[in-house]
Amino acid sequence: MSPKKTMRNIKGVALVLTGLLLAAPAAYAEDEVKTLPFADNAGNTVSVQRGARDFMAYCSGCHSLKYLRYNRIGQDLGISDDLLKQNLIFSGVKVGEPIVSAIPAKSAEDWFGRVPPDLSLETKARSPEWVYSYLMGFYLDSSRPFGVNNLYLANVAMPAVLGELQGWQVKVEEGKGEHQEGLPLKLAQPGSMTPEEYQAFVTDLTNFMVYAAEPNAKDRVSTGWNVMFYLIFLLLPLTYFLKKEFWRDVH
Amino acid sequence: MAIIPNPHKTTGFLGWIDDRFPATKLWKDHLSEYYAPKNFNFWYYFGSLALLVLVNQLITGIVLAMAYKPGAETSFDSVQYIMRDVSWGWLIRYLHAAGASAFFLVVYLHMFRGILYGSHRKPRELVWIFGALIFLVLMAEGFCGYVLPWGNMSYWGAQVILSLFGTIPYIGHGLQVWIQGDYTPADATINRLFSLHVVALPFVLVGLVIAHLIALHEVGSNNPDGIEIKKKKDPTTHIPLDGIPFHPYYTVKDIVGVTVFLILFSAVIFFAPEGGGYVLEKPNFMPANPQVTPDEIAPSWYFCVFYAMLRAVPSAFGTQIWGVIVMFAAVLILFFLPWLDRSPVKSIRYKGPIFKVAVVIFALDFLMLSYLGMHKPSPLFTAMARFGTFYYFLFFLGMPIYTRIDKTKPEPERVTA
Repeated sequence: MSPKKTMRNIKGVALVLTGLLLAAPAAYAEDEVKTLPFADNAGNTVSVQRGARDFMAYCSGCHSLKYLRYNRIGQDLGISDDLLKQNLIFSGVKVGEPIVSAIPAKSAEDWFGRVPPDLSLETKARSPEWVYSYLMGFYLDSSRPFGVNNLYLANVAMPAVLGELQGWQVKVEEGKGEHQEGLPLKLAQPGSMTPEEYQAFVTDLTNFMVYAAEPNAKDRVSTGWNVMFYLIFLLLPLTYFLKKEFWRDVH
Repeated sequence: MAIIPNPHKTTGFLGWIDDRFPATKLWKDHLSEYYAPKNFNFWYYFGSLALLVLVNQLITGIVLAMAYKPGAETSFDSVQYIMRDVSWGWLIRYLHAAGASAFFLVVYLHMFRGILYGSHRKPRELVWIFGALIFLVLMAEGFCGYVLPWGNMSYWGAQVILSLFGTIPYIGHGLQVWIQGDYTPADATINRLFSLHVVALPFVLVGLVIAHLIALHEVGSNNPDGIEIKKKKDPTTHIPLDGIPFHPYYTVKDIVGVTVFLILFSAVIFFAPEGGGYVLEKPNFMPANPQVTPDEIAPSWYFCVFYAMLRAVPSAFGTQIWGVIVMFAAVLILFFLPWLDRSPVKSIRYKGPIFKVAVVIFALDFLMLSYLGMHKPSPLFTAMARFGTFYYFLFFLGMPIYTRIDKTKPEPERVTA
């Protein structure tokens, strides 16, 4: 084998192997129940705005977003300080304060058995699909303290806060559910929203949480395009031709 | 008092300096009159890239340390403070986190280059040994840094690694508690790992990198043909016929490599900063929690080869230390490589089929062990990891035999294109 050919073969093997390694699924992400398909879109500002409103109304009583400030939401989503104060801040704090739930940790522990977790990073710690599925996955279970359980987080401590909206589901045998995507759940008592309305509601909420997990994701991506443009169209040709020019006399 | 004029005959400000400090001498010895072989190929980019990533880690690390607050109660919050409230903090942090992965990637490729072309062979044994020491310190540095964000994987990773000390008979438990500063990884642990990560280890690392380069420039660079360019010099100038000055030729060439690297690196930083869970793991988005064990405790991808070996070795005689010994032996064996290779030629280009097959299987084995270290063990995976560990050592320990009986080709007189 010629030296050149050996090199090519080794390079080829290395490339294929690196590809295989990168294609290997990450070790965690193995949930017991398959999550529902969900395409998060934190770039949909209107959806994220609705999600922010709904989070404050339904979630922020117990769950903090302690790494996110109210006026950061305002700046990113185009909501004025006055609107924030009137519609999103229920605890009377200043607009520059982080979103901290009103529930005292000690009482929460007494009532639920554990302090409701901070949700700032929930979509990164689990995944947007998981959060979406979890909010779809509550069902009636009389063996639990709050009468409900969750398909995605067995023996969950949280009551079905959104049950009034979604309605009440019961668990049925695998494949017998009338839910979309073949979840083994059946709507036993409808809520104030139709299933489609509730899906849209949970979509907004999840999109907001995706935004909250990394508020500057939009800046990151737009900066990235500028950096890539500079590197590929300016620096790469410049350095390549510089090298070519200098190496003309090397034989 | 008259001064002895410097031999470079520089004048003016530079002359004033050169009369007192070897500025021009250093410049010439290491750059403008350091003659490197003209036939470097793709594999020779990774040395300069490693230096680039080191500088990236140092600069971003300095900036991170300005806002990071070590401590069980403060670490996690201060990282989120950097990510959200510090101007461009997210960029600095992603550069540092992905930079760690890039460092190992580049260093592994750099080491593999050495194995391919025999860069560890006489007279470059010390270049290789300094390099192996850099790798060892880098592993310690990587581990300490990994613990600092104090996410749940940081905590459990620290738990696993520090408990390795606990496997040592008699003194193990006491040693572990002494190193940890507590009975489990805790506030004291973070603070001492922080100290090591930002002061002690970088100091040693930079020193070793300088030693690595001084040793390299003393003996001269190897090349893909594995022959010594210093053997064929121009009779009048005494410059190697196949050598070209590092500056400007390799500086301009390496800048092209740097640009290509930056394109790939930026793609990760800006579009996939968590690297699909390989750079920032999901459990590390939850604060450290001694009550909640992650589904699977796996170290960063760059340690998984060694982690797979650790898990592959069964405990015997009531102790688990055998896995720890095997894991450390896998790193220590690198130090002996210059003397394990007994082939009459250096480069894979002129080595025989046995070495070529052995090295390709070694690369495959390395990737297989990485994969196994990242995944939950199963009977099949454990068997594969055991075989992989066996082959890893066979590759090195069998080398004195198979490199000697292998059929080699004659080396050329001059480097080939």
